[in-house]
Amino acid sequence: MTTISNEKTVTDGTDELEAHPTPGLAVTATVAKPTSRKRRRTTWLPPLIVFLVIVAVWYLISLFVLNPNLRFLLPLPQDIVLKGFIDPLSFNALIVALWQTVIVSMLGLAIAIVIGVVWAIAMSQAKWIERSLFPYAVILQCIPILALVPLIGFWFGYEFQSRVLVCVMIALFPMVNNTLFGLQSVDKGHRELFKLQGASRFTTLSKLSFPAALPAIFAGMRISAGLAVVGAIVGDQFFRRGTPGLGILISNYSSRLQGEQLFATIITAALFGVLVFWLFGLLGRRAVGTWYDFS
Amino acid sequence: MTVTAPAPNAPTHAKSDTLLDFSNVEMTFPDGTIALQGVDLVVKRGEFVTVVGPSGCGKSTLLRIASGLETASDGTVALGTDRIGYVFQDATLLPWRNVTANVELLAELHGESKKDRAAKAKDAIDLVGLKGFEKHLPKALSGGMKMRASLARSLTLDPELFLFDEPFGALDEITRERLNDELIRLFNAKQFAGLFITHSVSEAVYMSTKVVVMSGRPGKIVETFDVPFPQPRDPEIRFTPEYAALVGEVAHALRKGHGHS
Repeated sequence: MTTISNEKTVTDGTDELEAHPTPGLAVTATVAKPTSRKRRRTTWLPPLIVFLVIVAVWYLISLFVLNPNLRFLLPLPQDIVLKGFIDPLSFNALIVALWQTVIVSMLGLAIAIVIGVVWAIAMSQAKWIERSLFPYAVILQCIPILALVPLIGFWFGYEFQSRVLVCVMIALFPMVNNTLFGLQSVDKGHRELFKLQGASRFTTLSKLSFPAALPAIFAGMRISAGLAVVGAIVGDQFFRRGTPGLGILISNYSSRLQGEQLFATIITAALFGVLVFWLFGLLGRRAVGTWYDFS
Repeated sequence: MTVTAPAPNAPTHAKSDTLLDFSNVEMTFPDGTIALQGVDLVVKRGEFVTVVGPSGCGKSTLLRIASGLETASDGTVALGTDRIGYVFQDATLLPWRNVTANVELLAELHGESKKDRAAKAKDAIDLVGLKGFEKHLPKALSGGMKMRASLARSLTLDPELFLFDEPFGALDEITRERLNDELIRLFNAKQFAGLFITHSVSEAVYMSTKVVVMSGRPGKIVETFDVPFPQPRDPEIRFTPEYAALVGEVAHALRKGHGHS
């Protein structure tokens, strides 16, 4: 379980501010931003060096270790770019498949977010509801989704809805768990503040618990977003009807030993996963970054 | 325990009004800890009563019972008003709301119109000296300023009885003394009755009209002192021998109650 401390004392002891609480005095208390140019360069430089090293090792293996007949196992990087990405046939297939994966995973994620948040809110309302429902969230997390995939195929067919369903099942638990954790870690003093005013259950939820849980909810979304992408690709491997997604493309290319295209597809899937993770991180920072250190 | 609600037409300005009346109040927690025993305490309009006692003597429990957050296991608690302000140990500001939105919160919870609560918040913010900081988020405020915002938030209720649970305990000495003065100023301007919990004897004597000394485990009232200095308090009073003498007496009672005599 992720632990998130809700209370951040950022400017404790800045009592020089206390000295001038005079009306009209413009004292702005800004937290120093650690974004000097030097700091920024040092964050991208080391990963870049690692990347170059990896590419170099790649070339070494591809050129000198592998027998040319077996080069599909690790094609040369420029071949991946030329045959896998730039070649119009491969490019079109890649774009169509990527779009399909985007739709499946994001729809699955959206459903998982809604179900997860509603489920967690229900559990936060009463201990008995939590006791009744939480075990099923845990079970959902524990059963290997792959084991259920044949059943899902029987029941819901081998197309779009089954793929989405796999995404939902994979992405659901972090949403349930994080949201519940966020709702339950509301500061006791804040709860009492609301209680003293006789605030209703709904008011307390909408004005206190839910906003307080937002950082945890966004952290859950970021985890679930990555998992939804995994779910879309895994689902593809089993449900092969309808428009192919990246997963189908991957299994097609691998069965045809088209190494360049296979690598291009895998890289695309990976980049999509990273992009989604980054986007949801950005979303979280946008939503709660002003008051919560969302990193 | 019985909580007597105020009569609808009760006069709200008579000087003799009793706003809080504890009679033989006991508090035993489920684990058997006796937090309070035989506590009799009356807070009247125009009074600022401070309770001093060692940590864990049940001072906060006293306040929690008065506010209704907890129910006494025995005895009677009578309230003379339903306009009760409560200032917590922490500022308990909602971190996602700026100062204005935090100060508006209580009026918002009571369903008041946007215009009304904005007006109330503005007045309260001016009163506590936070003008110019309306748009600041709590994390950009110092500890003392957070406490000011917290005070302002309670002031929007226009409380007749104001409960303070060691509100300045976490602040440095200079900030604390400044806020003591501000609170005395508010007390004299707003004419609420105050029940203030602290573990600082000098703070207690400086601010209150009455000091109640409690002993620890079980929490009992060992002695009550009337503070004769006129209100509003002159900050210079802290340097007079009379003040020092009274602080000494209270501290002595506190030590006696604590079993260090």
